[in-house]
Amino acid sequence: MKRVLKIAVFVLAGMLSINQAFAVETLNGAGSSFAYPIYSAWAYAYQKVAGTQLNYQSIGSGGGIKQITERTVDFGASDLPLSPADLKKSNLIQFPAVIGGVVPIVNIPGVKPDQMRLDSQTMCGIYLGDIKFWDDAQIKALNPTMDLPHNEITVVHRSDGSGTTAIFTNYLVQTCPAWKDKVGTGTSVNWPVGIGGKGSEGVANYVQSTGYSIGYDEFAYAQQNNLTYTQLKNPAGKFVSAKSETFEAAAKTANFDPKDDFNLMMTNAKGKDAWPIAGGTFVLLAKDKKAANIKTAKFFNWSFTHGDAKAKELIYIPLPKSLKDKIRAYWKANGIHY
Amino acid sequence: MDNSRKHNYFDLLFASVTAVASFTVIIFIIGIVAVLFNESSLAIGRFGVVNFLTSTVWDPVKGIFGAATTIYGTVVTTVFALLFSIPTAIGIAIFVTEIAPNFLKTPIGVAIELLAAIPSIIYGMWGLFTLAPIMSRYVEPALKASIGKLPYLGFLFQGNPMGIDLLTASSILAIMIIPFTASIARDSFNLTPSVVKESAYAIGATRWEVVKNVVLPYSKLGIFGGAALSLGRALGETMAVAFVLGNNHRIATSLLDAASTITVSLANEFTEADTDLYLSSLYYLALILFVMSFVILAVSKYFLLKAERKYSR
Repeated sequence: MKRVLKIAVFVLAGMLSINQAFAVETLNGAGSSFAYPIYSAWAYAYQKVAGTQLNYQSIGSGGGIKQITERTVDFGASDLPLSPADLKKSNLIQFPAVIGGVVPIVNIPGVKPDQMRLDSQTMCGIYLGDIKFWDDAQIKALNPTMDLPHNEITVVHRSDGSGTTAIFTNYLVQTCPAWKDKVGTGTSVNWPVGIGGKGSEGVANYVQSTGYSIGYDEFAYAQQNNLTYTQLKNPAGKFVSAKSETFEAAAKTANFDPKDDFNLMMTNAKGKDAWPIAGGTFVLLAKDKKAANIKTAKFFNWSFTHGDAKAKELIYIPLPKSLKDKIRAYWKANGIHY
Repeated sequence: MDNSRKHNYFDLLFASVTAVASFTVIIFIIGIVAVLFNESSLAIGRFGVVNFLTSTVWDPVKGIFGAATTIYGTVVTTVFALLFSIPTAIGIAIFVTEIAPNFLKTPIGVAIELLAAIPSIIYGMWGLFTLAPIMSRYVEPALKASIGKLPYLGFLFQGNPMGIDLLTASSILAIMIIPFTASIARDSFNLTPSVVKESAYAIGATRWEVVKNVVLPYSKLGIFGGAALSLGRALGETMAVAFVLGNNHRIATSLLDAASTITVSLANEFTEADTDLYLSSLYYLALILFVMSFVILAVSKYFLLKAERKYSR
């Protein structure tokens, strides 16, 4: 018995000392699951260069906000920007890290990706339940050459709370007064019509398995799974396709302002070629955690400088250079000298 | 003398260790209730008890929350799951104990136990990718065309068969709880004295008569206990139904409508609940589920004890 105990103590001591020898600086983050793939890809490359390891828990934006508010992590990640007032209340600062797009996806036999044209009025009508059939006059007017069937539209939305829903409903609120009055915007809303799928995969699965349906999903997910995404008319009056160029155009014309702590939903960006439904994912820092903020800023500074190719590869939209410079200045202004 | 003191000392130690182990359970339960109550106090203060229980509004944007829709969904899915599973489970138990030849008994028994060992998330994924399409393409249109046309029962099968609805969710729940009911029913069937069964056969009773008049009365209690256990499981089941119920906060009258249960709402909305009141309302739902499960299990336990007393006399 005593011998067993002795061996156990030795093994434990050995393990502890090994642990000590390999102790690396870690950066703890939590929040947005949308941002998880790119943060881990950046962190993998960053660890090789700087030796800092990222421990990121993709527990959802709500969880990310809660964790940084309670100061249990070095940074929180949220798909929704907090208002300057909310930030002040919890003594936080925030900046965008990367941008993602949301696209409508449809399943109508014979319709190919990037073929059908929709605009905010038809999207709003469909999601309010006012437009019930695919051959509705409003949809026909946008697609004069298409042979649209007289089939009932099945509307699919997210059943779980999600940043994708927040960006999508924000787009509807901005362009459609009826939506603003009846539903509003948020991570989950009281949907007037439709069925709910859990997660991106739930929405994609229902749209793919149900004929004559429409849904919305992250662009990265829609492209990787060959979903039939549509074109959209942007505020400049032009029909644009969902692709990296139009997302970048949206990012360039979005007016992120450091004075508002970058609090901006970048839907309906002004640019001529801008895709109308896109949004940043944000990083939240606690003002009082100086050392942690420097660690975090170092990581994102490196990622901003070296991570654009990786972001594009994973179908995210990197921030435009001017915005990155604004963020670096914002860090300095908040006393983070990375 | 010395030896006995040592003996007493160990006995005391042993008793206190086991006592501590048992009391941790009670401490955990009290702790969970306290946390649920504390976290939901904001929502309790805002919406009250009766108002929250009866309100059918669930609007995170406007910050108005009510639990009636999710309580309704929880009760409906559980009731239908029990309706589907209990007859099936009793059938399985009768077959395994009374009818199946010996070489079939073990494989079927093992299969039932394996069914109980499948993690619920796997039922959920299977439900989303396999069962829901089958339901929406074949089963539900057929039900709608047949039972949906009948008077009185027809309202249960109205609407667009989408596969994400109360029927699919209840079916998955039923499959999940069959093993519990079935294995307990089987064990209690096996307890029927063979002498009684053989006597019944000897006086010319058929298999059906033996099961109906001898085995079932003997094992009523076991079936009831198994059903109570399944009820508890069905009430709290989360991942198996989170994918196939649509999390729709409405009172659905048709089994082909999407709905929500308390656990489905929690699984779907907890991670992205971005306001304090929203989060607090979700905790409030959890508290309600806790109380519901407690009351229902206490009631079934009470009836079980009552029945036990009656039969043991």
